[in-house]
Amino acid sequence: MTNLHLAVALDGAGWAPNAWREPDARPAELFTARYWIDLIAEAEAGKLDFVTIEDGLGVQTDDPAQVQGRLDAVLIASRVAPLTRHIGLVPTATVTHTEPFHISKAIATLDYVSRGRAGWRVQLSAKSAEAAHFGRRQIPAISPDKINDPDVRAVVADLFDEAADYVEVVRRLWDSWEDDAEIRDAATGRFIDRDKLHYINFEGRFFTVKGPSITPRPPQGQPVVTALAHNDIPYRFAEKSADVVYVTPKDAADAHRIVNDVKVQHVFADLVVFLEPVQNAAILSDARVFTGTPAQLADLLLEWQEAGITGFRLRPGRLPSDLRGITRGLVPELQRRGVFRTEYEADTLRGLLGLGKPANRYAAEGVRVA
Amino acid sequence: MPKQIHLAAHFPGVNNTTVWSDPAAGSHIEFDSFVKLAQTAERAKFDFFFLAEGLRLREQGGQIYDLDVVGRPDTFTVLAALAAVTEHLGLAGTINSTFNEPYEVARQFASLDHLSGGRAAWNVVTSWDAFTGENFRRGGFLAESDRYSRATQALETAKELYDSWPADAIAADKENGVFLRHPDAGTFQHTDQHFDISGRFNVPRSPQGGPVILQAGDSDAGREFAAATADAIFSRHGTLADGQKFYTDVKDRLAKYGRERDSLKVLPAATFVLGDTDNDAQERARVVRRQQVSGATAIKFLEQLWNRDLSSYDPEGPLPEIDPDVSDEHIARGRASVRMHRDPIAVANEWRQKAEAEKLSIRDLIIEVTGRQTFIGSATTIADSIDHLVQEDASDGFILVPHVTPGGLDEFADTVVPLLQEKGVFRTEYEGSTLRENLGLAPR
Ligand SMILES: Cc1cc2nc3c(=O)[nH]c(=O)nc-3n(C[C@H](O)[C@H](O)[C@H](O)COP(=O)(O)O)c2cc1C
Repeated sequence: MTNLHLAVALDGAGWAPNAWREPDARPAELFTARYWIDLIAEAEAGKLDFVTIEDGLGVQTDDPAQVQGRLDAVLIASRVAPLTRHIGLVPTATVTHTEPFHISKAIATLDYVSRGRAGWRVQLSAKSAEAAHFGRRQIPAISPDKINDPDVRAVVADLFDEAADYVEVVRRLWDSWEDDAEIRDAATGRFIDRDKLHYINFEGRFFTVKGPSITPRPPQGQPVVTALAHNDIPYRFAEKSADVVYVTPKDAADAHRIVNDVKVQHVFADLVVFLEPVQNAAILSDARVFTGTPAQLADLLLEWQEAGITGFRLRPGRLPSDLRGITRGLVPELQRRGVFRTEYEADTLRGLLGLGKPANRYAAEGVRVA
Repeated sequence: MPKQIHLAAHFPGVNNTTVWSDPAAGSHIEFDSFVKLAQTAERAKFDFFFLAEGLRLREQGGQIYDLDVVGRPDTFTVLAALAAVTEHLGLAGTINSTFNEPYEVARQFASLDHLSGGRAAWNVVTSWDAFTGENFRRGGFLAESDRYSRATQALETAKELYDSWPADAIAADKENGVFLRHPDAGTFQHTDQHFDISGRFNVPRSPQGGPVILQAGDSDAGREFAAATADAIFSRHGTLADGQKFYTDVKDRLAKYGRERDSLKVLPAATFVLGDTDNDAQERARVVRRQQVSGATAIKFLEQLWNRDLSSYDPEGPLPEIDPDVSDEHIARGRASVRMHRDPIAVANEWRQKAEAEKLSIRDLIIEVTGRQTFIGSATTIADSIDHLVQEDASDGFILVPHVTPGGLDEFADTVVPLLQEKGVFRTEYEGSTLRENLGLAPR
């Protein structure tokens, strides 16, 4: 059996609405660096492939009994990067109201400050309230029961088309400098060989971007692009744009069906995880909710791995307790079964995921811009 | 007590001040270089670390400019990482108000302020040009005359967002199940000529209640903007007479906004060359100037004034007899300095006369007329000059721009700073935990 890949998804005090009230929760520290450093250090001690950090362009809820507010996830990842050595850092960043030029250099820079451990969880925003925070366009309110109406599907399809263009621009910008563009040639006085910098000249339905990036090609060449997908439109987006797709199977048969439907290099299953002891795991979730012991969870992961799932993104119900349950309970269990690393085998996130450094599209094509 | 000096360290920029050909010159993009300079600045008790930004690679004659350092990191991302390797140093980022939206920028600065324990600063710049706009969704959408009204409104809006969370909004009361004490925390509504936005901001109030604001525009509108809203100005006016004139000009504008004269710090950019003696420093400065202005660079500078292709001219030869092209289309794009030559023909005549009188080649002339170092001398001489300029109200301190990355500040930190401390004009320990406190600014 090949090794499986493990990530955790960090969100506030955990994915359970009441997680912040647990005895060991630190709700007053959610907006400090220390809180995130401790969580990610714990994940790294467990030899996990990467952490994702949730984010959004609005408050999570209007309920004053739940956690509200978040720090920018790219900046949390960057703040933690110099204090970690091996673990991949995959912040969420929204594409709908933001600039691909800015996000491209932000993730490239995360790759520099982490020395090759950056990824990105692409998220789009279909919320009319978030559109109002930018005031540049209107997005109609979408109610869950209308999700299959043709009008709604058209709006959603457009948002995904825009997201695909956005990722294409980000990826082209990452390649817009060849790795050996900096020459420092004293004889001619040139710092760069400008033939190795490329205009990306992207023109699409939603925007045009000229390039090149102001940031040289990041250490991994292409940081790891990831996306959560629940059905056909996002599956097609993920196939086009992502290296890792997070999916939400209900059981092994469902996992098998999804793996056959979505063709992405890595198909990770999302699971909300509560490890014993559990008093109350009440949570509404798109992903299956697991409650039980580390050994039972290991059984489930291996069963889904049989179905073709290559890794898992576990969403701890409560932080830090369920994260510790993963790193100190599940991980040793998987190691005993010989399906999870005991030491980090690579220094980059692509390396941990078995993805080589990709060729630069512009160098490969031999395109030269005068 | 004499006036206290404020000092900042500017990461060497994307221009010819930065000497990449020096054997000591390291990477301009690897994180280690940023760490090294920031830690030197912190060891020397500097107020803050400063990053410039330009959102389009510079071009000249339709080609990417290749003679200077090219390439920069993302400002927010590298500053957040530097917060991990420093404890007291302020972290100032240049962020443009034209190609960013208030909700996003406000949450990035508020996040940086949280993650650094209150050390964030925003240098607000206003580049609006369509050339830069080609990298962004809206292209060159803003008229030059609107650049400061957008900046003013963007900053105003960002402040409303920071203030939308009361400092005590988070109760985190586990027992009673109350996370938010103020259920409507973050609620905002802002409508003006540039922005029409409403909803809820999603970052709680940060340690400084928002970043320290720096401003680097030089026009009348830019100075007025600074007087109305900034905590510090990054200026080009670093000599005694010029500095005093600028200092008085901007400080005189404060009263009409009900502000005290020391609520706005004036911090000119400054370069320096140290030597064991003043003569030694002069000699080193000459060498540095020749490194900064190669023959190829001299021709490019000349082209910027002449606005013509002068690649056939010999940098060791005389200046062109042909006059500058004064048409609107300019061959150099993406640099803030281009608009400094207000009357190219007059300047060209001055340069020709100077070259003739002093028997200067193109390269010699450019070395003379562009960017001579602000401070040249022994440590004692430089410490005395800095102190003199500050005590005589030519500035409140300086933003120092080393010419070598990343070690170019070491000598200054080791030799000049102790002398300033001995004079009692520069701190020996950080006064506070936030940048605002270290700059002696009132809390927000
Ligand atoms: C010392 C100094 C440094 C500057 N640094 C930057 C910079 O890093 N990035 C940028 O886009 N503009 C920079 N600028 C440009 C100004 O901030 C401003 O946007 C521009 O000069 C136009 O405004 P003005 O007409 O008031 O001068 C700088 C200006 C000065 C004086």
